[in-house]
This record gives sequence, structure tokens and C-alpha cells, in this order.
Amino acid sequence: MTVELAPPPATGPSDASAAAVEVRGLSITVAQPDGTRRAIVENISFAVPRGEVLALIGESGSGKTTIALALMGFSRFGATIAADCLRVGDMDIAAMGQSALRGVRGSRIAYIAQSAAAAFNPSRTILSQVIEPLLVHGLAGREEARARAVALFRSLALPSPETIGDRYPHQVSGGQLQRLMAAMALITGPELVILDEPTTALDVTTQVEVLRAFKAAIAESGATAVYVSHDLAVVTQVSEHIVVLQNGRMVEQGDSARILTAPQSEYTRTLLAAARPAIRPTADAALDKVLTVDSIHAGYGRIVRGMPATPILADVGFTVRRGSTLGVIGESGSGKSTLARVIAGLLPAASGEVLLEGQPLPRAMAQRSREQLRRIQLVFQNADTALNPAQTVRDIIARPLAFYHGLKGAAAHARVDELLDLIRLPRALADRRSTELSGGQKQRVNLARALAAEPDVLLCDEVTSALDTVVGAAILDLIDELRRELGIATVFISHDISTVRAFCDEILVLYAGRAVERCPKAAFDGHSHHPYTRLLIDSVPDMDPTWLATRAAAAGPALAVSAIAPELCRFLPRCPVAIGGLCDSNPPPLHVDDGRAILCHRAGGPGDASR
Amino acid sequence: MTAAPPTRSAAARLLPMIAGRIASSLLTLFLVSVVIFVASSLLPGDAAQELLGQSATPAQIAALRHEMGLDQPGPVRFVHWLGALLHGDPGVSFVANMPVSDIIANRLPNSLLLAAITALISIVLALTIGIASAINRGGRIDSALNIATLSLVAIPEFLIATLAVLAFSVKLLWLPSISLVTPETGWAETLRALALPVLSLTCVVVAQMARMTRAAVADQLDRPYVEMARLKGVPFGRIVLFHVMPNAIGPVINAMALSLSYLMGGALVVETIFNYPGLASLMVNAVTSRDMPLLQSCAMIFCATYLALMLVADIVAILANPRLRA
Repeated sequence: MTVELAPPPATGPSDASAAAVEVRGLSITVAQPDGTRRAIVENISFAVPRGEVLALIGESGSGKTTIALALMGFSRFGATIAADCLRVGDMDIAAMGQSALRGVRGSRIAYIAQSAAAAFNPSRTILSQVIEPLLVHGLAGREEARARAVALFRSLALPSPETIGDRYPHQVSGGQLQRLMAAMALITGPELVILDEPTTALDVTTQVEVLRAFKAAIAESGATAVYVSHDLAVVTQVSEHIVVLQNGRMVEQGDSARILTAPQSEYTRTLLAAARPAIRPTADAALDKVLTVDSIHAGYGRIVRGMPATPILADVGFTVRRGSTLGVIGESGSGKSTLARVIAGLLPAASGEVLLEGQPLPRAMAQRSREQLRRIQLVFQNADTALNPAQTVRDIIARPLAFYHGLKGAAAHARVDELLDLIRLPRALADRRSTELSGGQKQRVNLARALAAEPDVLLCDEVTSALDTVVGAAILDLIDELRRELGIATVFISHDISTVRAFCDEILVLYAGRAVERCPKAAFDGHSHHPYTRLLIDSVPDMDPTWLATRAAAAGPALAVSAIAPELCRFLPRCPVAIGGLCDSNPPPLHVDDGRAILCHRAGGPGDASR
Repeated sequence: MTAAPPTRSAAARLLPMIAGRIASSLLTLFLVSVVIFVASSLLPGDAAQELLGQSATPAQIAALRHEMGLDQPGPVRFVHWLGALLHGDPGVSFVANMPVSDIIANRLPNSLLLAAITALISIVLALTIGIASAINRGGRIDSALNIATLSLVAIPEFLIATLAVLAFSVKLLWLPSISLVTPETGWAETLRALALPVLSLTCVVVAQMARMTRAAVADQLDRPYVEMARLKGVPFGRIVLFHVMPNAIGPVINAMALSLSYLMGGALVVETIFNYPGLASLMVNAVTSRDMPLLQSCAMIFCATYLALMLVADIVAILANPRLRA
């Protein structure tokens, strides 16, 4: 779908020759097995004025990374780059040979990859990798390079800038590593920086700080930047110009503000709509409690007196009624997935009960009856790894039919077709292998596999995280409909508070393995929250260009505490409203009120602080 | 997760790990010694009978058995044997009637020399072949090297050795067909004598090592950090040496240790063809003549070499992994 492109608005780059980056008629093709060439990116044109940021927006497969890499003369899988003009500064990238390009990469054009954890070499110290661009391009000696790196670490607000470089990548946090990669890119003072989804792999609370650091560092260096992202709200915070891509074609381009307020193409409007999830009505759930989780303690390692060697979950409990959805949110490492594994019996709890319609279930899966197993089904985050690539869709869905319901032959065949109808996949796909399906289709098959068991409880572990926003929204719609029609109780695990807010009837917030807040959707807005919930809500970027600037830097912790006793509030070291003499000495009390529960000294008291 | 600075306690965590590996190697060696002792006493035949021949009377045999300590119960003999071995005394050969240590001292340097030269050449060759085919994956060089290494694996070593003799000794008259080395032989002469055995053995071990190197390097070349290094403008040779190799070295060393352990005990065919006085042929002679002390000592040497190589590979893998090292 290509729409007629509007001429650049008057506020845009008026004189393209003054631009730092100019791209005209860029096409990138790959060779097909039959000898013909297929364009993965076609007829791309844009320009970026010096010192400004242009965002390439699109879903997976839109060609955004391919275009960004072409600016460095780099293509994956032997693709061929062709352009009428591909200019960065005074360099004609399309005309440069490999050795000339090598001299430019990492010196005049730098790249920041999506996952710093993967882009750093695990066997070498961080510093040696950060200063490598200076050394291989002969821009500085080792000592000077080191000094420059330390200065950059300091300006990126990294802890202990003098020594952090001596660590290995696995010894620093994800947010720190992402900032260290920014240092690696900026150390040579490049004229163009390419940022490829640099905050996508981060927790939302970390993303804010990293975005802020990136924005300041790029502004300070005066570099021009191309920012690749699928997330409109994030892009809004950093870029002046936006190019919207779909299937390798340009759909729309213009000033960020204009694109956000007056999108011209249907596709941009779809993207904008998907980024603001519609609030779904609360389900009129039946009153019977299908799933009850009662003060679960769980973790890894040997269990001594009801406590595992490495505890993950502490005292987590909730109930889910038939047909309703409980949303579980928290940062990575908060124990969300562990909770799903405990309920499913994959990880036996150390203490506490999981009850199905009031009947306690054996803790370990091996001790549960087939009927008990059937009634709780888990949908894994990553359909790519959850589906056996050697099996057809029909094999995958027919397996639980045979296992739980004894369906074989024609009956199973008919039921698979019914299930495919239910998840809205064409029946013709049944004989394909899962590797031949798109990401969204795979996730639907993953869902159908769970539904084939006809469960009472569906555990969805980050089922939309690996999907594009639009595709993910469709999966959410499907789950929402199914649970209403089939009366399935759903536990929906996610790191994305806006999805959970829109989608779930009740919200459970986990922090470091503890349930710090439980709140019905109806009471979520306009009520006070646990300080951690507040932080999560405040960290979700708005579709407002001033959001990052106006959002005050997250308030630092109120109390300086290094190590806390296990019974104290786990959020204490980060809590901006902690009360000295109370939070650091007494365990947080649980305030229950009007169906809401908050584990905090502030809650319910006169100071009911966090707004 | 923010870990402590790397300097703290790196050695404190490494040493117990390495000590553990050494301890388990020693335990394995002890178990191996039990197996060797039991297995060798299960061998049919009797050294006393073998020595005295068919005409010996039962009384003569019993007397000799007593003299050799063969009439004592197995566990007692085992303890005596192991105790003596720990003191560096592997006993006296039944057949040659001289200390086993002297016999082995005669042969061990030959085997070590052959193994060392072969190891040196094949490691360099295997790394070169493995890396060259990994970075040319799917290309012509890769296919050619693949075919070459696979053919080498498939051809039995006696055939390689025989063909090499035919070519270099019989036709070209460049190299001797029999490898006679004595302590008096000069260096140049020794190397000439060793050329054909080394060639044959290299062909046997290099293929396996090269293929494992290729797999390990190719696996690393697909990692995102390699693309990142290219986008930093790092020259490709430097990427292979400084980015890929530190990550590939663990599996590569492991594969090499497995292959190289063949060079001590597995050199039998080559030793036989070239009449080379090494340990493997010594051990075969010990089996045929029921010379238990000699047989046991040879077996212990082979097993100890194998375990030592595995230990080295383990320690290198630990040291190469920063998650364990720092």
C-alpha cells in the first residue's frame, strides 16, 4: 500500500543539499532462488537536517532496520543497495568500496543496536569494546581513548565511571549496558548516529532514564540521528521528523507533531490507534472463584522449612472468577513468569496452595491428574520456541485433543477445523508447518493448542510481547472474546501497564516477588496507588512530544538504604516517599479497602501519599 | 543485576573450581587403576606358565608364582601394586626381567616426541582449516576443505601410511620407510625419520579437529556482536582473532584434547608400519606375553595422558569464560 506522498511541509528541510543525510530513490533487493531479484525496500527518499533526529517507524518486516543499515553501506544476507542518492555529510555511501566503508563505520557513522546484551562480546571487557572504534580507526591512543570513555560514562550518568569499563557485559544491568553502547557509538564523535530500537528490550522504568540519557548525549555531541522504532510514543520524545514505513515502502513522512496530530494515511492512523489500547468493558463474571492462589512461596534450589534456597515469590495470593481476567504486571525479574509456572505446576511451590474451584491441586505437575492438567493451560510468550517446527499446525492442535479428550481420526480432524475457525485462521493453514506462519498466526496456533484442552483457566505469559502492536492488539481482542464466550478465567501476564489496564478486570502488581498492589479496573483511575505502581504508570511515554521533558526525573529514593531485611518493603531502596523510622524498620502493612489491597505504610493512612 | 567489581574474589572463586576438576581427575585415575588391575587379571593365561613353557611341572609353576607374588589375593596385590606405583616403582617386567620403569623410559620419549610434533602441526593446521572454512561458509574454499577433511577421516590410517611410504620412500626416495630413532640419532635425522609417521597421524586427527573448529567459529560468526564489530569498522581479521576466537576457544580446545588423546595409545598402527619404538607397540607386546606390570603401567600412562588433556581443556574453558573467571 503506497499512498501519494505529501510534499515536505514548509517547516521541514527546505534545502536538501544542506541536510546532513540525504536519501533519494533507495531500493534494496535480495536474490531469489530462481535468479530474479526481489525488492525488500523500494523508493525511499528522505533528508535529515544537521543535528536533528529522524525516526523510521514501522512494524517488523517494514524494512526500517534495512534502511538504517544501508546508511552505513551495510546490508544483511547479501542484499544489494541501489540509490539515486545516498549521502551522509560529504560522503556518497552508494559509491564507496568496502574498505572505504570500513573506515567510515564506527568513526563518522555509528550504530546503536537493539540489544546491547547481544551486541557486546561476552568475553571481553566493556572498556576494550567501547574504545575499539578509536583504536581501529587510529583516532586516539589507548590512554586518551580511556580518558574519553570515562568522560562519556560520566556524562551518561553511569555509576562508577572510572571502573565500570573493567567489567564484563554480564556484570552490569541491561539499562547500563544500553548506555555503555551509546558511549561506544559516540566516542568517535560521529556526524551520524543510527539508533536501532535502542530501548525496546528495556523495562519501561529503565527506558525513561535511557531515553533521557540518549537524548542529552546526542544533543551534546551535535550529531545527526536516525532513530528506528516501532513505538510511536517513544519516537515522539526524541525525533523531529518521522518516516512511516510499511512493507518496505514509505507511507507517510513529515514533522513529528504533524504525523501525530494529523496523520494522512490510513496505516498511520491504525498504528496510532493500536498504540492507544481501547478500554474493554469489565466482564460480567460469574461469582464462582475458579482459581484461588493462596500465599504462595516459591523459588529455585533446595527447599528448607518451606523456603527455597533462591526465593522468587513471597506470599502471593489472589482469586480469579469464571470469565474474568487478572492482569499481572511488573518489571523483568519480578516473578511474573514464575507465578505462571507455579500455577501450572511446572515449578512446585515451596508452600501455599493453588485451588481449582476450591479443591487444592497437588503442587507438582507430575502429581496432578490428567483432568486437573486439562483445566489449567499455559500459553507461552514465544510461539517460535513453544511450537514444534517439525509438526504441522494440525499435529500441534490434535495432540491435546487426543491426550485430554481421546479424539482421533475424523472427530479430531473436525475439531481442529473448529478450533481454527475459533482463532480465525483459515482451515487451509492446518497442513502447514509452524515455521511457515507469520508471528501473529503462530501465536494464534499457540492459543488454539491451549484452547483444545477446553481449560477453565488460561495462563497467558506475555503473549503479545514479541508481536507488533497491531498484530498484538488483534490477539488481545481474540483472547478477550474467547474468555467472554467460553467463560474462561484468564491470568494475563505482561510488563505493559497500559495493555493490562485496558484489558484486565483486576490488576496485580508484583515487585521483587511480592504482590504490592491488587486493584479492580474500575477503581484503578482516580485512586491512590502503591509508589511502585505509580512509577510504572508514570514511566509509560505519552504520545506528547513534551512528555519526556516535562516528566521530572524520577525522584530519587527518600532513604539511603543499601541492604534491606527480607521482611521489609522490597521497594524501599527505590521508594521516593519512604518514611524514615517506619519503612526501614517495620514490615509494610497490607491495607485492604473496597476490593483494593496495597502493601505500603503510606496507603490508607492520613498521608495516602502517592497522589 | 549489578555484580561486584571483577577484581574481588575472582581467584577465590576460580581456585576451588580448578581444584575440584583436579580432584575429580585424580579420582577418575584411581578408578581407572582399579579397572586396569581387574581387567588385566581377567586376561586368560598366566605369566608363570608363559615363562616356563609347556614342559614345566606344576611345582615349578607354583614356585615361580609365589616368587612373583601371583599367589596372593587380588586386593592385596592391588594395594601393593598401587603403593609401589605411587612411589614411582611400577615393578619388574615378568618377561624381560628388568624394571618396568627402565623399559618405559626407553620408549616414552619416542612416543612423546611423535605425539608432540604431530600435535603441534595438526593444531596449527586444524585451526587454519577450521577458521578458513568457517569464514568462507558455503563458498568454494569451504566445500573443498570439507571434502578434503571428510576424505581424510574416511581413509584408514594404514592406507595413508602405506601410500605415503609408496610415494615418498619407494618412488621418490626422499624419506626412510622405517623410523629408527636411537638416542644417538641427530636432530635432522630424527625429523626425517619421523616425517612419515607424523604425516599419517596428522591426517587421522586433523580432520576431526578442523571440523569442530569450523562449527565453533561458524556458530560465533552468526552472533550479533560480530555484526556490531563490523559496524564499528573493525577489520575482519581482527574480528576473528579478538572477538570470535575468545568465545570459540572453549569448545575448540575440548575437541582438540579429545583428538590429541589418540596420539599416545592410538598410534599403534603407525608404530607398527614404520617399526617405530613407541609405547603402543610395547603395550601390545605386553599383552601377548602376559607381562602384567608392563601392561598395567602402559595403560596407566595412556589413561593419565587422556585425563591430563581433558583437565587442560576444562581449565582453559573455565579461564576463557568471563562468567566463571570474573
